[in-house]
Amino acid sequence: MLQASSRLLSLSSVDLAIIVLYFIAVLGIGFYLKRYTKTGEDFFLAGREMTAWVAGLSFLAANLGSLELMGWAGAAYQYGILAAHWYWVGAIPAMLFLAIVMIPFYYISKTHSVPGYLKLRFGEPARAFSAISFGFMTVLMSGINMYAMALVLKVVLGWDISLSIWVSSITVALYVGLGGLLSAIFNEVLQFVLIWLGALLVSIIGLVEAGGWNGMVARIHANYPGQNFTHMWSTLGSFKDNPMGIQWVAIVFGLGVFISMGYWTTDFLVVQRVISAKDLRAAKLAPVIGAAFKMCVPFIVILPGLLGLAVLPKGFLVGENAISALHPHSYNEVLPIMLARYCGPGLMGLGITALIAGFMSGMAGNVSAFATVWTYDIYRAMFRKNASDAHYVSVGRWCTILGVLVSIGTAYLVMHFKSIMDYVQALFSFFIAPLFSTVLLGMLWKRTTPAGGFWGLLAGTMSSIGMYAWVKIDPAAIRFIALSPYAKDMAENMFRALWSGLICALVTVVVSLVTKPKPESELVGLVYGCTEIPSEGDLPVYQRPIFWAGVVAAAFVVLQIIFW
Amino acid sequence: MQRSGMISIWFFIGALLLAYGVLICGSGVYELVAPSAAAAARAEANLHWDGVDGLHVAIWWGALLIVMGAFYTFKFAPRKGK
Repeated sequence: MLQASSRLLSLSSVDLAIIVLYFIAVLGIGFYLKRYTKTGEDFFLAGREMTAWVAGLSFLAANLGSLELMGWAGAAYQYGILAAHWYWVGAIPAMLFLAIVMIPFYYISKTHSVPGYLKLRFGEPARAFSAISFGFMTVLMSGINMYAMALVLKVVLGWDISLSIWVSSITVALYVGLGGLLSAIFNEVLQFVLIWLGALLVSIIGLVEAGGWNGMVARIHANYPGQNFTHMWSTLGSFKDNPMGIQWVAIVFGLGVFISMGYWTTDFLVVQRVISAKDLRAAKLAPVIGAAFKMCVPFIVILPGLLGLAVLPKGFLVGENAISALHPHSYNEVLPIMLARYCGPGLMGLGITALIAGFMSGMAGNVSAFATVWTYDIYRAMFRKNASDAHYVSVGRWCTILGVLVSIGTAYLVMHFKSIMDYVQALFSFFIAPLFSTVLLGMLWKRTTPAGGFWGLLAGTMSSIGMYAWVKIDPAAIRFIALSPYAKDMAENMFRALWSGLICALVTVVVSLVTKPKPESELVGLVYGCTEIPSEGDLPVYQRPIFWAGVVAAAFVVLQIIFW
Repeated sequence: MQRSGMISIWFFIGALLLAYGVLICGSGVYELVAPSAAAAARAEANLHWDGVDGLHVAIWWGALLIVMGAFYTFKFAPRKGK
């Protein structure tokens, strides 16, 4: 597997043993759990028997893909602590909202998927649109993650890209194909632990080297005088005051409301883990537990990027387009570079295992969600409605293999046409913000009609694509989309999400008001006001999800003040 | 989750951490005994921070993994009649 090409570091036999043990463990778990995966409920929803802790940790681990780990560490090196917004305001409120407001409807409706909920609430057209777009985007994102991971392994360790892609992918296909969501979730919990134990050392030793938090801030100021990399909100008054070229409206409303709420509450990749919980209380607690850990993730992702700014030579890492013989490493390599800086034999293997585990948990999340949506919302809905449960499990297993193969194809496509990565990132965001408006109005407003839901979703998605195309054709149009000629790409993404979410909501409301709503008897279990939510009044306060959601929310506010 | 007869995920995690702890702690001790060999292995990482060598991170991090791994392995070990 090792090539004699140029590389940042090499692994010892202990490191290789650690990596091999990891592969044996995840495959062993897959083979072991196959015997417990017999019905569709087992394969696609892990038997709906997960505890709050297991569901909550896998909910978070499915999101911790390789792009998430290495990409945001790189973003922290590039933009400073502003990148932490994607972990805090861009995640915590949405996760708590999912737990307290939306989970009861997903859980009580007994849906298998988010498109499945759209079918129950709005009918087949909305489900078909959502399922096809989700399936398409999921395998593409999985392939992009795969390529990103293989590229880092090549740059850092000199491993062959194709071999990295095939070995990792076949492993994921085997353990998800054998044990379904049960195996994916079990392995995600294992991977979550390994990600933390492998990456945490970088932050701890980095702080030792930098002289603690204050020492790190002082070094960053000394390295980059006049630039502010260490404040989260105080530089967001204007697009020109921060390295990201963004301001607070985009962060609060674009990221915090539409992108974040859209992702964390309607992306089936993460919602699937929560609806596999054993009861409603566990399902509500799972996102709260996930949110508590999500708040801590910047310690292993953002902090290494900041430490890179403090301890690496000034300008050591550059953008992908500026790589040269003088500057051979990009921002995205900051995490492995910091690993190389601090970790010797053994610890290096653990760190690399953490990166591989991050990739695999993200990919398994994509693939298991894809298999469920394909089997239930496309194959069963459109091609074969009344087959046996065993038949659908078999289709799910084959879909897992198919999803992995398509992902591999995407990875090779990205390898040859790297700009596809930018386009697909944008494509993915087209469907997130409008879907949130559709699902939220469907859950909270009885008057929302099937026609309103479908046309709102379509209008929101099309308007997002239209805005993207407008700026591509005429870059000056960014001043209309993001309200400032000084806005940069990230701000455009946030504002595009904001406008498309609002357009979706507006069209949904208008169309609903002129079309016939469903009778209330058909909305039981789906909509607020028509659904009896079980009371938690008999539980002690400390056992209620709302109490812990309040604790997490308070900690979130305190963090914003500390890093203001 | 725990179906009848199913081994807990925490047992698998504990066993893996225990094995990792032994390997990492062992390599840390080896590095202490034969520092030149270990240093040569790291020489390629030209960004290496020399200060980390005096911290003996592999030993205490490996020991931490052993403690955590042993706890989870024994607490969640499959037992007869359970």
